[in-house]
Amino acid sequence: MRAFAYTRATDVSGAVAAARDPDVKFLGGGTNLLDLMKMGVEHPGHLVDVTRLPLAAIEERESGLRLGATARNSDVANHPLVRQRYRVLSEALVAGASPQLRNMATMGGNLMQRTRCAYFYDPTFAECNKRVPGSGCAALQGYHRMHAILGASEACIATHPSDAAVALAALDAVVRVVGPGGERAIPIVDFHRLPGDTPQLDTNLRGDELITAIDLPALPFGRRSHYLKVRDRNSYAFALVSVAAALDLDGQGVIRQARLALGGVAHKPWRVAEAEQRLVGQRPGDGAWRAAAEAAVAGARPRRDNAFKVELARRSIARALATTAALT
Amino acid sequence: MESDLSVSRRGFLGSMVAGGVASTWPADAQRAEAASTGAPPPVQTALTINGQRHELTLDPRVTLLDLLREHLGLTGTKKGCDHGQCGACTVLAGGRRINACLSLAVAHDGEQIVTVEGLTRGETLHPVQAAFLEQDAFQCGYCTPGQICSAVALLDEIRAGAVSAATADVSRLAPAALSDEEIRERMSGNLCRCGAYPNIVAAVRAAGGRRAA
Ligand SMILES: Cc1cc2nc3c(=O)[nH]c(=O)nc-3n(C[C@H](O)[C@H](O)[C@H](O)COP(=O)(O)OP(=O)(O)OC[C@H]3O[C@@H](n4cnc5c(N)ncnc54)[C@H](O)[C@@H]3O)c2cc1C
Ligand code: FES
Ligand code: FES
Repeated sequence: MRAFAYTRATDVSGAVAAARDPDVKFLGGGTNLLDLMKMGVEHPGHLVDVTRLPLAAIEERESGLRLGATARNSDVANHPLVRQRYRVLSEALVAGASPQLRNMATMGGNLMQRTRCAYFYDPTFAECNKRVPGSGCAALQGYHRMHAILGASEACIATHPSDAAVALAALDAVVRVVGPGGERAIPIVDFHRLPGDTPQLDTNLRGDELITAIDLPALPFGRRSHYLKVRDRNSYAFALVSVAAALDLDGQGVIRQARLALGGVAHKPWRVAEAEQRLVGQRPGDGAWRAAAEAAVAGARPRRDNAFKVELARRSIARALATTAALT
Repeated sequence: MESDLSVSRRGFLGSMVAGGVASTWPADAQRAEAASTGAPPPVQTALTINGQRHELTLDPRVTLLDLLREHLGLTGTKKGCDHGQCGACTVLAGGRRINACLSLAVAHDGEQIVTVEGLTRGETLHPVQAAFLEQDAFQCGYCTPGQICSAVALLDEIRAGAVSAATADVSRLAPAALSDEEIRERMSGNLCRCGAYPNIVAAVRAAGGRRAA
């Protein structure tokens, strides 16, 4: 591992000022960054530890809930207001990684974690446009069972690994960031990028910007939200396909509003507005679920090893929606 | 990972006994070396490990796991994968279980760390350690220190009302029951290549005060 300097940020402006140096990386729990440094994928010359910044609070606000960027994944998952009002987020968080890792991982780091594509993660593979722009994509011809079926490009077919980000996409979260020019707010659906021909850019966050918080708006779904994760083993594994769903039913039991986002299928959390539209005005039931699922995967372009994900996504969507509708 | 730049004043003396020290440079020599080569400076840090305070000057690359094993001779904590994938390195930091392999030692400045060596009270085993013995919850024993530290934290988490992926309704705030399903899910961050899982579940169940169903 390349030698690096380590400093502890004590205020946000200091952290942001330090990050003007492109050799600086922020250190959250370290569960992804340190791993990638050991692998030789990342090699910063200076780590600025942000975990002692006063950004760990989870605060109720008039307009919803604010999750501090350095709040640990386990603390967010266990927070009473998250459990009661944003159940899908609590469920997505505890579906990710392990209890130990969730105690370390921060919310900011979770959004910024990089793909688990094996060809990206291991620099002995020469080809990876995400790691070395212009070098090619080894996954196209390689083993791509875990890879994207939606929104991919010829330059990159990697998926985003975060579970929490999928729930946040369904919840219309807003990412608050601070850079040299001040603060800005990035809606979660615009935070992560599609690969296009610049797959080296995972997100629209600039290198000198710090995530300070994630805002959750007040929402009408109450307890009717749910996260379903399908994986190769029942725990401690990344998603093959995952679904974040939320439903708002009127007094007659008709769907007034719906939210649907998929994980494990694209370079970013995949929010599917078309499928949500199909659900509005429908009564809960297999017909409605199937129509939504069909709309969600309509643009899928599977490859040799991951075609199973299309049917898996359809069935997972139907199951997640049925479970969500049955919540009272 | 390279761990050639380290010294622990008190920790060094302690670890001579255990015989696991990696290097013995004085702090000023490290800083002089760093200055002359343009290498990043070592970092001063103080950690309390199993109740004993250690003042250390460390290359920031040193993980908490390597500090424990290579510098302080506390080899109870194991290195399985070094990538957060097995749980063999599980320790308690500020009372919470973490993977020591994906954690920089200097990032834990000022914290209380407890390893498997710190769980006993004198000659008395921690109830979780005793339960692992009684239930025969290991074969080769390599994963066991991590399993035990993890189980200690698990029982605290259950008492505090923490949720897991096995919790049917996360919106209910009452603590989850210590079912076998909850135990399996909450212990899933600790792999056992010998497959001692059934007895590990039994040990956690027994330590948690529940009889076999
Ligand atoms: C074995 C294993 C299994 C896992 N399984 C899952 C899983 O199933 N589901 C899942 O979702 N995740 C999983 N993870 C990933 C885990 O959730 C992430 O590693 C974690 O969330 C990253 O958070 P961190 O604080 O440790 O980030 P770090 O590793 O500290 O940082 C990650 C990135 O974020 C940047 N960063 C950190 N904080 C900020 C900030 N405030 N502003 C701007 N940039 C910042 C860092 O510079 C770095 O680039 C797994 C990880 C491991 C090791
Ligand atoms: S050695 Fe840390 S998780 Fe395997
Ligand atoms: S007892 Fe051998 S690895 Fe668990």
